[in-house]
Amino acid sequence: MTSRHDTAAPPAKGGAAPGRPPAGDAAEAERKRARLSRRWQRDMRWSPYAFISPFFLLFLAFGLFPLIYTGWASLHTVELTAPTDMTWVGLRNYTRIFDDEFFWNAARNTLTIGIISTVPQLLMAMGIAHILNYKLRGSTFYRVAMLAPYATSIAAASLVFVLLFGRDYGMINWVLNLVGIDNVDWQNEHWASQFAVSSIIIWRWTGYNALIYLAAMQAIPQDLYESAALDGASRWRQFVHVTLPSLRPTILFTVVVSTIGASQVFGEPLLFDANKGASGGSQHQFQTLGLYLYEQGWINQHLGRASAIAWTMFLILIVIGLVNSLISRRLRASS
Amino acid sequence: MTSTLTKPPADPVPTPPRRARRAKAGRAGGQMHAGPLAYGILVLFTVVSLFPLVWTAIAASRDNQRLAQTPPPFWFGANLFDKLQIAWVDANLGEAFLNTTLVAGTSALTIVFLSTIAGFAFAKLRFKGRNALLLIVIGTMTVPPQLSIIPLYMMVAKLDWSDQLQAVILPSLVNAFGVFFMRQYLLQALPDEIIEAARVDGASSWRVVWHVVFPVARPAMAVLGMLMFVQTWNDFLWPFLVLTQNGSPTVQVALAGLGRGYTPDQALIMAGALLGTLPLLLVFAVFGKQIVGGIMQGAVKG
Repeated sequence: MTSRHDTAAPPAKGGAAPGRPPAGDAAEAERKRARLSRRWQRDMRWSPYAFISPFFLLFLAFGLFPLIYTGWASLHTVELTAPTDMTWVGLRNYTRIFDDEFFWNAARNTLTIGIISTVPQLLMAMGIAHILNYKLRGSTFYRVAMLAPYATSIAAASLVFVLLFGRDYGMINWVLNLVGIDNVDWQNEHWASQFAVSSIIIWRWTGYNALIYLAAMQAIPQDLYESAALDGASRWRQFVHVTLPSLRPTILFTVVVSTIGASQVFGEPLLFDANKGASGGSQHQFQTLGLYLYEQGWINQHLGRASAIAWTMFLILIVIGLVNSLISRRLRASS
Repeated sequence: MTSTLTKPPADPVPTPPRRARRAKAGRAGGQMHAGPLAYGILVLFTVVSLFPLVWTAIAASRDNQRLAQTPPPFWFGANLFDKLQIAWVDANLGEAFLNTTLVAGTSALTIVFLSTIAGFAFAKLRFKGRNALLLIVIGTMTVPPQLSIIPLYMMVAKLDWSDQLQAVILPSLVNAFGVFFMRQYLLQALPDEIIEAARVDGASSWRVVWHVVFPVARPAMAVLGMLMFVQTWNDFLWPFLVLTQNGSPTVQVALAGLGRGYTPDQALIMAGALLGTLPLLLVFAVFGKQIVGGIMQGAVKG
């Protein structure tokens, strides 16, 4: 990667120091100066591109090209065992998926797990951020502590939560028993399992989002609150009429990022019932699109079909993105 | 898979310095004190955040028999060090640690280096197409890298790279967040006068980067490096696809293998999870304040 820079940014040996000609032949000095100045100009013009080119080269090779190639592969039959042999099949992969009830099941699960994990997560993050924005003793401790889940990997977190959500001896059912609720089968019941998988996501991300919101809250000018207080607005009304509107871009942003994250959920459901492989529970009750993609591509060995799933997910994301920008534009226009 | 770990900064309209400064002035004004209810909620939330981690250690110190009783254990048993040792050997964690350190270290260092020079170019150098290119950089953040795994997998197969660490390292280097993060930092932290002074002295662009940009950017580089290290350390899907448990797994891949089997040893699984998490928790314990600052900076400065 770095070798490219050499061509664009000539070594600075001797320095492009115009106006200090070496004693001796004037014409020689003039030539030298011209050369240095050319080099200098070349440096000024091209080194910015040299500085940004590694990023773009990497993105082309490992971001854009694969993305487009996924679309190409989705129109072929490709087997995992021979990933370079491709047979053109047109849109058949797509029709196969759309006819598969498990695709729609996975799409539904992705949607519901996405909602169950994102909405409470962002609401709680907002509340926590609001509290962290008070004058607090030991605020650094709280901030670091609630970031600890973020340092925990999906694999480690999922393994622990499987135990905590155990049907017979899990901590969570034990607590529920204390308040008179019978054991819940967190792995096999439809909604309970979706909730359990979502709770792993919520646990890992709430603190992080709270910090994002907190940062945005601290950027709100204090005089807005002061004038609201002068108008007799209660704390709650200040929150609704000052804090929330100021946070609008941040909220939209976290919604977008969480949506992308939610559409990709894979590790949590995979590990939540590791013995069921990639089926996402005995009844596929928490199989997400990410997991379905993996099952089609790596268990059933149909990489072409998996590519079609990937592109369908991509198109869904684009639609969501368009809707989102439409909403945010409307919001901006109305404010 | 929520590997959008480092969420890109909040609002991509770059007018940061004024906003940040105003924020500080605002905070100096009277701010509400937290009441007991606020503290109560915070403490509860902190407990919920930390409890699963503590309980990982508790469960790791027990055995299957004790974990199959109610009430579940709330305090440490005697087996912790035995289980840690067995997990270390069984899951081949020693090699996994080495692999993951190599992967995460190489990725983090490379990302920091590339992001700093690119961020510097976007923040301080004038060139044709700068704004358009910056928009593209930001745009790439919204494309989930996971959608590219199938061609990447084909590439790996073609190059015969499965179970080789570069298969994990190279794709992880695409990181628009880092570029944007460094740009936002340098925009504010690096005065134009210093660059001009260096130019007058005849420094080439590379010298400016080496002798001016890097020293100024060091704090942001450190934060970015830690964030990227955490992200790569915890990466799951892609390493899971191209590295195998018996080949050269990362820690996460090795952990995924612990949960399988007919009657898995739960304490052993917990011991593995604990070992895999411990290095990052230590990093957070030591540099927590800086990491929190970095995340919040990234959020507002956008």
